[in-house]
Amino acid sequence: MTRLTSAIRSVFLFYYEGFRTMSWWGKRVWLIILIKLCIIFLLLRLFFFPDFLKSNFRSDRERSDYVIEQLTGNK
Amino acid sequence: MIENIDLSLVNWSRAQFALTAIYHWLFVPLTLGLSFILAFMETIYVRTGDEVWKKITKFWMTLFGINFAIGVATGIILEFEFGTNWSNYSWFVGDIFGAPLAVEGLLAFFMESTFVAVMFFGWNKVGKKFHLASTWLVAIGASLSALWILVANAWMENPVGMIFNPDTARNEMNSFRDVILNPVAIDKFTHTVTSGFVLGSVFVVGISSWFLLRHREEVMARRSILVAGIFGLVSSLAVALTGDSSARTIARVQPVKFASMEALYEGKTEAGLTVIGALTDSGERIGEKTVHDIKMKIEVPGLLSIMTTGQENGYVPGLKDLVNGNPEKGIIPVSEMIERGKYARQVLIDYKMAREIGDEASTAALGARFMEQEFIDNYFRYFGYSWFDHPWQVIPSVPVTFYSFRLMVGLGFFFILLFVLAISFHRRQTLEINRWFLWVALFSVPLAYLASELGWIVTEMGRQPWIIQNLMPVNAAVSNISAGAVQTTFSLFVILFTALLIAEVSIMVRQIKNGPKH
Repeated sequence: MTRLTSAIRSVFLFYYEGFRTMSWWGKRVWLIILIKLCIIFLLLRLFFFPDFLKSNFRSDRERSDYVIEQLTGNK
Repeated sequence: MIENIDLSLVNWSRAQFALTAIYHWLFVPLTLGLSFILAFMETIYVRTGDEVWKKITKFWMTLFGINFAIGVATGIILEFEFGTNWSNYSWFVGDIFGAPLAVEGLLAFFMESTFVAVMFFGWNKVGKKFHLASTWLVAIGASLSALWILVANAWMENPVGMIFNPDTARNEMNSFRDVILNPVAIDKFTHTVTSGFVLGSVFVVGISSWFLLRHREEVMARRSILVAGIFGLVSSLAVALTGDSSARTIARVQPVKFASMEALYEGKTEAGLTVIGALTDSGERIGEKTVHDIKMKIEVPGLLSIMTTGQENGYVPGLKDLVNGNPEKGIIPVSEMIERGKYARQVLIDYKMAREIGDEASTAALGARFMEQEFIDNYFRYFGYSWFDHPWQVIPSVPVTFYSFRLMVGLGFFFILLFVLAISFHRRQTLEINRWFLWVALFSVPLAYLASELGWIVTEMGRQPWIIQNLMPVNAAVSNISAGAVQTTFSLFVILFTALLIAEVSIMVRQIKNGPKH
């Protein structure tokens, strides 16, 4: 347990020190990454990119039926 | 079709996917190429103990980090688009796409994310060899990530290793081996990854040339040019070889794309390879498609036949053969493929009706047909043709494919020359006095990006109208959503990606100007 705790502590300190002593460009790109991920997952994913089949049909059977309908009847 | 530039849902969805993929691909090849260059440089540092090599490695690692960070997650948007804009396609491909992408996700997360952190935070904190191993693992991990994406993409061009389940309307993988060893996947992986190596090398040679032009960091610049020059030369020769192999595979599995790349309308033996040419309207038509003449043509006689069949008198089919059929050469006309596709679709319709009315015997019998090899080979493999009314609809935009291909290949040979000159001038210690070369190298950086994007344009535009070769055309794959919604997200993407690109370029330019000392 002590060895595990020590390993976790080492990994934590490794990352903590890394982020703490990060250069200006590192901080800048991390800011960009965070803004980008917020835009992609909180804005685009939630409001603009719903999964069409998941949001319109309740079960895989309904989704299958719909797609078969599209494949056989839609031209 | 998008070439008509109407504002339909299909065209906006295609435009959005193209935009996202093109932007995403601005970041990926530099990651692929630069990561290996870093690994080479750090290996030299560890072996020699020369601190200059450490400084050089750290400088290029900074540029790698900026590119890596800005590019992260831009590919995820493509997956969003699959679910929203291309739901029929997403459902139809089933787990074929899911499995490789899941492996890619795990690899990318565990290998790249973990070892990238060691690469950047680990200097002086972990042992030299462990750090070096991390750098190599990032490089290998980046290429392996690309492998899985390319396997999925290759399946769309040559669907193998699956069976269609009429009950779920999904393709189910029945041979992972066939999917991963798909000849298109092998060619695509080797060609794409090595082209990324070339781009990374051109980038390093170009930026190093800028330092030499400014009389700054000359030791770093010269050493970087040597490493990138050698790696670039080996990689660009590999690109040429893998491109040759890829062309042979395309000629076999996507002959219409191949004929379009060559603007070859009449099939022939001893077919020549057009090096340069200008397409003009011949006045003739295949259906509604223009037949082009090639003017100002420079051709290598017989080479196309040799490249595709291994024999000078080998027959290379043209678009007319492929559309109208050529019984002598065993080529089925597209009209026949349309009929076979319609038959396969009728079996699916009958299956669906039998299931709806509860006719279990017919349901079982019709369902079993999709498992029969004879039905798969002779009918289901043409399933996608059932959407077409006219044979000429299978022809992609010949000018786009023809010119993109020539420009890409031309740039590929130009890069070989660039690397030969870089190595040669380095050996003679005349890099600084050949300032023309340094300028050429600097302006070659955008050309490397252009060549890389052109490769994808040839691949994706050349296989139109298919989203899955022979099984599903693009217009059958799209979701039933409003074109306005796609237009809105298209505009959002233009803003988002342009902002990201400006951010990357500005941070990178600032860091390059700062040089390795900062």
